[in-house]
Amino acid sequence: MIEFHLDSRSGVAPYQQVVQQVRHALRLGLLEVGDQLPTVKEVVASLAINPNTVLKAYKELEHLGLVAARPGIGTFVIKTLTDDSLAAHGPLRRDLERWLSKARRAGLDDESIDALFRDVVRSAAAEDVA
Amino acid sequence: MTAVIEANGLGKRYRQTWALSECTLAIPAGKVVGLVGPNGAGKTTLLHLSVGLLQPTAGSITVLGGRPGTTPDQLARVGFVAQDAPVYAGLSIRDHLRFGARMNPSWDMALAEDRVARVGLQPHQRAGELSGGQRAQLALTLAVARRPELLVLDEPVASLDPLARREFLQGLMEIVVEHGASVILSSHLVADLERVCDYVVVLVDSRVQVAGDIDDLLATHHRLTGARRDPDALPRDQQVISESHTDRQSTLVVRTEGPVLDPSWSVQQLDLEDLVLAYMTRSVQGNRRPKLETRP
Repeated sequence: MIEFHLDSRSGVAPYQQVVQQVRHALRLGLLEVGDQLPTVKEVVASLAINPNTVLKAYKELEHLGLVAARPGIGTFVIKTLTDDSLAAHGPLRRDLERWLSKARRAGLDDESIDALFRDVVRSAAAEDVA
Repeated sequence: MTAVIEANGLGKRYRQTWALSECTLAIPAGKVVGLVGPNGAGKTTLLHLSVGLLQPTAGSITVLGGRPGTTPDQLARVGFVAQDAPVYAGLSIRDHLRFGARMNPSWDMALAEDRVARVGLQPHQRAGELSGGQRAQLALTLAVARRPELLVLDEPVASLDPLARREFLQGLMEIVVEHGASVILSSHLVADLERVCDYVVVLVDSRVQVAGDIDDLLATHHRLTGARRDPDALPRDQQVISESHTDRQSTLVVRTEGPVLDPSWSVQQLDLEDLVLAYMTRSVQGNRRPKLETRP
């Protein structure tokens, strides 16, 4: 079982945060096929959030084909996101760590690193579109 | 979808002063509605009108399809917790529940006792000995045990400390899941409402400034910043909610269904607090759109 948390300063809609956290857990293998997501009541009681927020998130996950709701029982994972690329995570992570220490040596702080990374991702995405 | 609260040109006047004017709303069922606005904006007046404690001076209001507070059936369908969660200080919690059972044909004693135990109250305790948070939980329990379709809460968490506030809202959200009741609660603090509400009504100076589904509102409002310019030059589908200018820069909050295409604006998402503040500022600016001074 995973636990959700909300960052009210992130500017991301709460239901999106729940969706992202599930996707994140699926990608990292923290959630596997057959695992149950917390019930709406459990999420609501721990986070003090609107039940519709949770329902909306779960509906979106269902729409994405990642989970399925079994009425009266709960919501279960039916697909993971840990495709073949999971094997590549290790080496990529090491590359990134090397790059990170290089960036630190060059005097970049976390904020600049974050900004640079996002900028590269964004411009690469823009190039894909063009 | 059926409306839980429908108001048409609703107004309430005390002597010469309108506490609420030209209020037109249609709040769908199944929502948790946050009624926000500064102190004295008319929030309590609107809530009292919706439970039948006040009669309108102008216009009309229907709640769950009927006129508020007119029939026993209508009364039973709406649960109300007034500001500061009034309880009878001399009575024990058990007495409160017995009293509730006597007064309300739809009373659910099992639910009441279960909730009392769950929030850690002792049945023999006198209400006068309770902390603010416990008193709020008791008042909520009394309102919920009547199994209402709509819960109306006036500033339920204003006087609670952060922990009690969190516990109260957790309990409230559990009730929404378990019983599917619609809720309308007021607050002068947006932070209280941000997580629990999915619908917001902003009330300033006795008028409704904006009302709607929070996700929809956040998706259609943007903050634009860029070189200083006259907001009148914006595309017609962009409605300016608030604006501020320095000698070089303009910052606008606009409402638009479509995307903002002008590349010279930097476009940001708003959170609920920004959105509410934008409407409050607009009301202060009095809807006027001052022309920018043209520099010589």
